[in-house]
Amino acid sequence: MTLELSFELNGFLMDVDVEPHLRLLDLLRSVLGETGTKEACGEGECGACTVLVDGKTVNSCLFPVGELGGTAVTTIEGLAVNGDLSSLQQAFVDKGGAQCGFCTPGMVMSAVALLAENPHPSEAEIRSALIGNLCRCTGYVQIVESIQQAARTGVVPGR
Amino acid sequence: MTGYSHIGTERPRPEAADKVGGKALYVSDISRPGMLHGKIKFSDHAHARIKSIDTTAALALPGVRVVITADDVPELRYGFMRDNVALKSGKVRQFRDEVAAVAAVSPEVAQQAVDLIQVDYEPLPGVFSVDEALEDGAPLVHTEDARGRPVRSNTMPLKCVHHSGDMTAAREASAFVSEGEYSVPRIQQACLGTAGCIAEFDLKGNLTVTAKTQIPFLAQRDFTSALTALGLEGRNARVVVPAVGGAFGSGLDTHGYEYIAILLAWKTGKPVKIQYTRTEEFSYLSPRQSAQFMIRQGCDEEGKLTFREIEVTQDNGAYGSWGATYPNVMLVAATSLYRVPVVSFDSTIVYTNNTYCQAMRGYGNPEVTWAIESSLDDLAEKAGIDPYEMRLINANEPGDLTPMGLDLKTCGLAECLETTAERLNWASNRGNGQKRRGVGMASFMNVGGGGKIYRSDGSGIILKLDDFGNVNVSYGGVEMGQGLHSALSLMVAESLGVHPESVFINQTDTATSPWDVGTHASRGAFMAGNAAIGAATKLRERIFAAAEDVYPAEVERNLTRLGEATGPDEYDFRSVSRDQFDLKDGWLIVPDAPDRPWLRVELGRLLRAIHFSEEGGKGTTFTEESFYEPPTDLPDWAKGYGNMSANYSFGVQGVEVEVDTDTGEVTILRLVAVTDIGRVLSLQALKGQMYGGIVQGVGYALYEEIKTEKGRILNPGFVDYKLPTAADVDFPIELEFVETNDPTGPFGAKGAGEPGIVPTAPAIANAVYDAVGVRIRDLPMTPEKVLTALQGQDI
Repeated sequence: MTLELSFELNGFLMDVDVEPHLRLLDLLRSVLGETGTKEACGEGECGACTVLVDGKTVNSCLFPVGELGGTAVTTIEGLAVNGDLSSLQQAFVDKGGAQCGFCTPGMVMSAVALLAENPHPSEAEIRSALIGNLCRCTGYVQIVESIQQAARTGVVPGR
Repeated sequence: MTGYSHIGTERPRPEAADKVGGKALYVSDISRPGMLHGKIKFSDHAHARIKSIDTTAALALPGVRVVITADDVPELRYGFMRDNVALKSGKVRQFRDEVAAVAAVSPEVAQQAVDLIQVDYEPLPGVFSVDEALEDGAPLVHTEDARGRPVRSNTMPLKCVHHSGDMTAAREASAFVSEGEYSVPRIQQACLGTAGCIAEFDLKGNLTVTAKTQIPFLAQRDFTSALTALGLEGRNARVVVPAVGGAFGSGLDTHGYEYIAILLAWKTGKPVKIQYTRTEEFSYLSPRQSAQFMIRQGCDEEGKLTFREIEVTQDNGAYGSWGATYPNVMLVAATSLYRVPVVSFDSTIVYTNNTYCQAMRGYGNPEVTWAIESSLDDLAEKAGIDPYEMRLINANEPGDLTPMGLDLKTCGLAECLETTAERLNWASNRGNGQKRRGVGMASFMNVGGGGKIYRSDGSGIILKLDDFGNVNVSYGGVEMGQGLHSALSLMVAESLGVHPESVFINQTDTATSPWDVGTHASRGAFMAGNAAIGAATKLRERIFAAAEDVYPAEVERNLTRLGEATGPDEYDFRSVSRDQFDLKDGWLIVPDAPDRPWLRVELGRLLRAIHFSEEGGKGTTFTEESFYEPPTDLPDWAKGYGNMSANYSFGVQGVEVEVDTDTGEVTILRLVAVTDIGRVLSLQALKGQMYGGIVQGVGYALYEEIKTEKGRILNPGFVDYKLPTAADVDFPIELEFVETNDPTGPFGAKGAGEPGIVPTAPAIANAVYDAVGVRIRDLPMTPEKVLTALQGQDI
């Protein structure tokens, strides 16, 4: 039995017909070809697959598509507008927040959710918000600095 | 002031936008038309005889294209000791051993098929530690070597020793001696992007492997051997490297899964991808080697080191990878960190039935530095000398030739020590009676100008200028997050005289990039920069020579366009010769000429004028190659002698810690890292390398350990293998760079990839000792270990 469902992906309505046990991560990567969202552990421990569902961060490797109907999903591909990086993404570029880049999409999505809720977080609040996003390259310093810069310059809501 | 336009700046990474936009493509993101997915059946035993393999049920599963065992394919032998094969027959020697593989339409179907493969084993007794492996009559992991000669012990046939000076006399002349045993665990590289590859053949038998590797050209050599074994001698093996999701040494060898993907692609005629899951990465990729050290160091009444004696034993696991040569790199610090006149170094590497180990950042140096720098604090205490003073007394100096024959042209160790002590307020914080807080420091030295362990330690580069003034760079090294492309784009821009935005670095591909030995040993930016300077120099000479002909006409065009006329007193632009030109940020200029807009020619316009020369036969394009081989020696490992690197980086990390005497928990309050890196190339990338290396060092020091039982890995995931999180490492890290401007470095730079991780653990251990008076000799310094040590003493 497949499941027909409608949801919004990065502002566009999608109708899909999928296996209900499919993970959101597989729907994005394998079915829809949106490979910006990464899989690094498949068990909700590393945060590389973080996306927003109705504005809240989820590990898309643990999120069954059965719960997707009627929601709005935002992935890393949804942040840039007309090819221009969002101010948060640009801050990651400017401050060296990405090294190998594999944790970066998930890291950026967690930061989007943080800044939407708390536009001027303290360093401790930033570090706490990233606790579910593992990075092996950066030691987190330049990631924290990226988010601090974005907070200083102000992030466009929803981007 | 260096006078450089781009070197040393904070310019972002050239590939950063694609990474933060989710557009960078890693192996896991790439698929090919008709691509199949491969999965591997790994051993169920650490040591067993394979009695039979039944693949019937797996083959019958819909969606399965092929199931292979060693019986179905030619033997593909690999590993630098040629002791490993892609698919095992006869015997398995570790849980990582590959006994069968499946190619199917999806990873899920392939895994289902793997689960249906029935293997009947006869379990054999195994050896799971150095001690067990070296016991008389211990089971042998290998009974014959790659050439079929009988093997009589589990000790690997690798000689790496060093004995210099008169040890007996040096011991007798020592006023103080410290002696101790130190050990370090196996840890995982834990790249966020797991291992994977895609192998595909064309219809003539040429192979392309899209690989997560640090050694595209050594991999090409290995895969060419595989083609020969498949009867495809003379066919081309091409290695293409997409974005790499971290490597940290894990890409320094070719892997079983790559050969298996090749076999599956060869059998099916389809592209085959093998992508490890996280559990597979932990269980079936190879970790950093554990090591045990016995170390003795002595000093005279004044604290001057008199001798150093080190014996290291390492549990290599079941097969040889480059990781078995950690002692070659340990020699550097063992013989040469501080001025020590008499040195003895012995190493024993043993086969066991644990998963075999491989390279990880630092490659033996964090291990040996753990022993040296912990023991040095011990010695300082015995001698009644402050550990900082002890280090300063013995610091290497520029111009030193060390017992290993290392030629220290530059060395900023003393300055690094002084700055670290000053930043840590060493005098007031050290042993100040607040029993829970303490400060400690540790130094390091590391190869900074390549590390010669192959016959060539060279790198080639091609700079190709197009008609628009853009430079396409083909380099065989690998960007894996470390910032090679940041540093390289700045060095190309600076050496050629173009803007960094005009530098485009091509994907690394053995078909288009010149040979490079691999991206390891902190060598990437050092090698690439020296090669780039060579090619840029040639390009500039050719451009300036050709510009003599076209420059006057271009200036006249400028004058016409600008509506300007030159007066009689103006500069004679018609007779400018080649040695008067310069190229700066993409403009051909004449530095001696007055600063007039019409006297500058935009590089693209100049190149087009030369390319499309109206004089017959004069047109040309500009592509230059350069190969750089550093001025180093391949050491004689049996003597432990030879200047293996063109330069050596030095540095010191100092930490302030707080120890909870109720729980044993160590909290880092601040960390200072002062590093002699010769010259800052890309400041942003350099800082990233240091922060990242230091935090890996903190993980090594405090949390990380691969736990095994009888060869089986017990913590194959992030739930049970703890990596530092952003909240764990919330202490300030202060970086300072000492620029010693090494004559061998590109713009004076030394390699900077590994130093961050090297001295962190001993610096923390030394601070813990200062805080609570217990010395932990066995990493990681978990709360349990600290608490146990605290309970053993009265504080």
